[in-house]
Amino acid sequence: MTDPEILRYTQETGDFSRMLESIPYATWIGLQCERFGDDLIFRLPKKESNLGNPILPAIHGGVIGGFMETSANIYLIMSRESLRMPRIVDFSLDYLRAGLNRETFAECRLTRQGNRVANVMVTAWQKSRSQPIATARAHFLLED
Amino acid sequence: MDNQTRIDQLTRFIETLNQARELGLSVTDAGDGTLTLCLPYSDRIIGNPDTGVIHGGAITTLMDTTSGCVILCALEDFELCPTLDLRVDYMRPAHPHKPVYARAETYRITPNIIFTRCEAYQEGDETIANCVATFMRIGKEASPKHYRDLIAGGVK
Repeated sequence: MTDPEILRYTQETGDFSRMLESIPYATWIGLQCERFGDDLIFRLPKKESNLGNPILPAIHGGVIGGFMETSANIYLIMSRESLRMPRIVDFSLDYLRAGLNRETFAECRLTRQGNRVANVMVTAWQKSRSQPIATARAHFLLED
Repeated sequence: MDNQTRIDQLTRFIETLNQARELGLSVTDAGDGTLTLCLPYSDRIIGNPDTGVIHGGAITTLMDTTSGCVILCALEDFELCPTLDLRVDYMRPAHPHKPVYARAETYRITPNIIFTRCEAYQEGDETIANCVATFMRIGKEASPKHYRDLIAGGVK
């Protein structure tokens, strides 16, 4: 993922496949990303191995966290000119509804970018964007 | 409840969580209101292939699972408690090719909410991340009896 060539390719083409392939964890949970104009929408397809609670069944809260965290990271890389990876400092996650065994989406917003630290908000939803299943915010350290 | 009973119940519980099973999480130690789980190193949870460092998401899942499971070590009867919120502070990247441990404790239990804290570390006790979380109590009846019996393993 630190490979500048892959980053340049992704920024130019909007094709995230090579970038995602370079992050084993993202591939493993099945994370996908699509660009719509300037917006990025992240997608986590339904996947049995991502489940936690077997009764509902529901996606493991940690996977929802990992999905949102990775989304924030990719979003930040794409919104910056730099080729270095931002390093996550902290991550705060509010679970609003159970993430059921279905497709999940996420979008990010750069709340504030300083010289060294960026604050990113992430919202995740399933059937309806107006009913988020989780919201999160993360701080990243930016080093060039 | 003795510690071996706790470990047996937790092992059965973790077995039912697909993602925890896929990650290979196992119980290292359990006590009254305390729990340590182990996340083995594997290639598929790598975040950065250049360094082999595992992804923060796997650490988050480890800490979420440990914080959620430590509740079983604090309550008399099995009760599934959904996570309300989780806050993770990353201290340093985990060393590649080594397991990561997470030890959690319940530090406050009320009829509605359970407060936990958790620390992820590696051999030599170097802290990888800290986490505080809150869980909502929805009552043991919220989980079907057959599931509760499965976890309890016929032992009360």
